Amino acid sequence: MRRPYFLTHLLKDIRLEWRSKDAINSMLFFALLVVVLFSLAFDPTRESSRQIAGGILCVATMFASVSALNQAWTRELRHQVLDAQRMTPAPASSLFLGKVLANFLFVSIVEIILTPVFIIFYNLHALGNGWLLALVLPLGTWALVVNGTFFAALSIRTRNRELLLPLILFPLFIPALLGMVLASSYILTGEQDPSLWIKMLAGYDVIYTTICLLLFEVVLHAE
Amino acid sequence: MPVTAQLEEISKLYGTFAALRKVSLTLEVGRCYVLLGENGAGKSTLLRVLAGLLKPSYGKITVLGLSPDEARERVGYMSHAPMLYDEYTGIENLRYFADLYRTRPCLAPEEMLRCVGLDPALTRPVGQYSQGMRQRASLARVLLSRPEMLLLDEPFSNMDIGSAHQMLALLQRIKADGCTVVLTTHQRELAEPIADALITLIAGSVATTTGKIEAAALRP
Repeated sequence: MRRPYFLTHLLKDIRLEWRSKDAINSMLFFALLVVVLFSLAFDPTRESSRQIAGGILCVATMFASVSALNQAWTRELRHQVLDAQRMTPAPASSLFLGKVLANFLFVSIVEIILTPVFIIFYNLHALGNGWLLALVLPLGTWALVVNGTFFAALSIRTRNRELLLPLILFPLFIPALLGMVLASSYILTGEQDPSLWIKMLAGYDVIYTTICLLLFEVVLHAE
Repeated sequence: MPVTAQLEEISKLYGTFAALRKVSLTLEVGRCYVLLGENGAGKSTLLRVLAGLLKPSYGKITVLGLSPDEARERVGYMSHAPMLYDEYTGIENLRYFADLYRTRPCLAPEEMLRCVGLDPALTRPVGQYSQGMRQRASLARVLLSRPEMLLLDEPFSNMDIGSAHQMLALLQRIKADGCTVVLTTHQRELAEPIADALITLIAGSVATTTGKIEAAALRP
């Protein structure tokens, strides 16, 4: 049995990133800088750390991801590879899914490296169920990556695409950002049950993934 | 003679600029059409319309009896850009595209590279190839899926004369197998030996058609 098309695209993106390490390096250094600078600038106590840590981690990941998402389609645009992909019988949604999975993997790698650094710098100990962070972070990351990849594709034919992507992406990402920040804050402080926000994040992911998958073909073949 | 593509009064507008103006052509199976004209005459736009990558603003077009969108996977399109990943080697690029064309009766990527005069064992990424080598790798990618219509945008640019003649011999073989070839070039003398018709575009319109199938190529 042959592997599905999206896996072909995913493996290609992983191989290309493995050789260049463009996306991971740029994201990692940016996110590390944000985390370190915030910890030096505010010198938070253990209690205030728990309150703000979720927000800082999410915002650092978000800004770092945008730099990589802006480059998500650069390799396809260079030398018109995207046109060659449009000519193939592989469905457009598989190209999109492969790209989203690849970006999700790259952002997750950055988060995995970033989280221990974050815990050390902010002296964090979760008072709630710490393992729930392993659910919140991927759900929030998926929300960011699925929308980011879609809108990066939408803006590839525009001149100011570096500016356009955050302008379109961030307002749409606000519900997911809110869910991610509040859920992680509740987990860290143990003040409230984060399950409502986790469910909201999951719902957001399902809705936006479906919409993006359905609309991607139109975006890909738009002139 | 069976028809590969039929264009009826095709126009393509970019805002108020008309890249193509009422172009009508009938392309027959197993023929080679050479599009001539100055830069900006509409040659590349015409190829992209035939490839289904651009939608005409006006007019009717059928490719292999279908709409260009539906026929897209049966058409091979090579633009002046190589349409390959710089970071991949030639064989890696071809394997990737062969996987995407799995529903078509593809040729082996190694065989295809040898066919265009490239060594499949070459470990250099395409980004480090010379322009001529990139063109050949790009042609290999296009031929991989055994297209029924081949659209080549400036295939001889940046090629030395020996490589260009090698490519011409290959195109002659492809044509003999029943594939319709449409190519654009500024090197008329190079393409003339395999051309069945020379179509000259001026400002988006077909100005003249000369060659063995003059009457069929230019519809009234």
